[in-house]
Amino acid sequence: MTVLSCKNIISMEDLTPDDIVAILDTAESFKEVNERRIKKLPTLRGRTIINLFLEPSTRTRTSFEIAAKRLSADAINMAGSASATVKGESLRDTAKTLSAMACDLIVVRHKYAGAPQVLAESMDACVVNGGDGMHQHPTQALLDLFTMRRHVGDLAGKTVGIVGDIAHSRVAGSLVPALRMVGAHPIVIGPPTLMPARPDVLGADVAYTLDEVIEELDIVYTLRIQMERAEGMPFPSLREYARFYGMNEARLNRMKPEGIVMHPGPMNRGVEVSSAVADSERSVVLDQVNAGVAVRMAIMYLLLGGEAHGDAA
Amino acid sequence: MHTHLQHTLCRYALCLLACRKKAFVYSGLQQMKGGVRVKYRTKAVVMDRDAIERALTRIAHEVLEANKGAANIALVGIVTRGVDVAARLAQRIKEIEGTDVPVGSLDISFYRDDVGERLNPEVHRTDIPFVVEGQDIVLCDDVLYTGRTIRAAMDAIMDYGRPATVQLAVLVDRGHRELPIRADYVGKNVPTSGRERVKVLLDEYDGASEAQILEAVEEDE
Repeated sequence: MTVLSCKNIISMEDLTPDDIVAILDTAESFKEVNERRIKKLPTLRGRTIINLFLEPSTRTRTSFEIAAKRLSADAINMAGSASATVKGESLRDTAKTLSAMACDLIVVRHKYAGAPQVLAESMDACVVNGGDGMHQHPTQALLDLFTMRRHVGDLAGKTVGIVGDIAHSRVAGSLVPALRMVGAHPIVIGPPTLMPARPDVLGADVAYTLDEVIEELDIVYTLRIQMERAEGMPFPSLREYARFYGMNEARLNRMKPEGIVMHPGPMNRGVEVSSAVADSERSVVLDQVNAGVAVRMAIMYLLLGGEAHGDAA
Repeated sequence: MHTHLQHTLCRYALCLLACRKKAFVYSGLQQMKGGVRVKYRTKAVVMDRDAIERALTRIAHEVLEANKGAANIALVGIVTRGVDVAARLAQRIKEIEGTDVPVGSLDISFYRDDVGERLNPEVHRTDIPFVVEGQDIVLCDDVLYTGRTIRAAMDAIMDYGRPATVQLAVLVDRGHRELPIRADYVGKNVPTSGRERVKVLLDEYDGASEAQILEAVEEDE
């Protein structure tokens, strides 16, 4: 039995609460490694990790790449434009091709939900979802839990407000179940036009303005407004969104005294978060980025490390 | 003659009693080997509390003698029980020389040569709160066996800098080396068979202080 109960991490539901604790605890040790002068471990030498990013990404891909390289694995990046997918190769064939090259772990980002699942079903290597469509982004949720745990301690009973585009956000898609698994209390907050048709099935409480719940919140998690989305903005103006859902200093002062503000990046300053809040001590956005490398190292280590053994000889 | 015989008999009886008691106490230690669960029981106690204390005191003196004082020494305990060996040695050194030597702890999970086959489910934090460069590092562990842990520990410590020397202190050396590694300071040499295991109990973790030899008693599916 491996330490984790699963071979692939496609969605948060693949993990058990024990798996989450194992990942977060292991990540603490990798965080220490990332503070050393020599940030390199021999742990996964000889293993091959492919970052298959079929949708543009800089920070997530870089984070996975750094994580793999710090563990001495051979990391290969395949971007959408460079891969055979543009030549019409199906995802299943891509999976078989990569399998034939004997890679050990594939990180996949894809614009369609379910693509990592298809990949996982057609290959022996471990598959980690690096974000699929509007479905999930589990490593983001794990690094968020790691950051939250470091700042507010035990998450059981803590209230987390997730603000913004709940309907389309894969970050929210993973974070809500992740928070429930560690015993926290998630509230999704946003205008009705950015809520899914049935927000009640998310397993989170629902609020339609930030002001009605701000006093209860230990953590405010602001989601990015995707300004590049083609169908136009589902609210009258950015200014109005900022006024009702933006995290500003007035709202910062109304949340729980030690409360923190998070954002998965990249931030639209003045929209989801005001500049003053983004640069304040209570914004932990850079800690999230920092945690990303450690958490991804922990995931790679635990997925590729082999069977658990009780007592080191 | 009579008293001598009595004495011998008495000791024999005590021994038997001790053995009987031990024989029925399963150590609780179990290990998976090739899908088979192996149980261990205590076969013999090779060091009791006093023996461990004396060995540590002697090792502290030997470390100080070999390094001509405590000025340049740093102790690094290998997680988990090596950390306590290091802490106890540091305490002894303070009693002898009046110097606080820096103490660190090292988790070698990420440096093991069997990652990919077996994985330590619980990784502890490594903490080296001093500059390794130029120090005389004394690695501390409870049991020296194959030498693979020490190989990993040497690699790990080198990632923090270039120490002047790396030395090794262990409470029990049980033989069966698989690498060209030896200890500089040894509490006790204990010849063992490959089927046996050596377990050191320390107050900090186990609420007892002794070194035991465990033997495999049954193997089942």
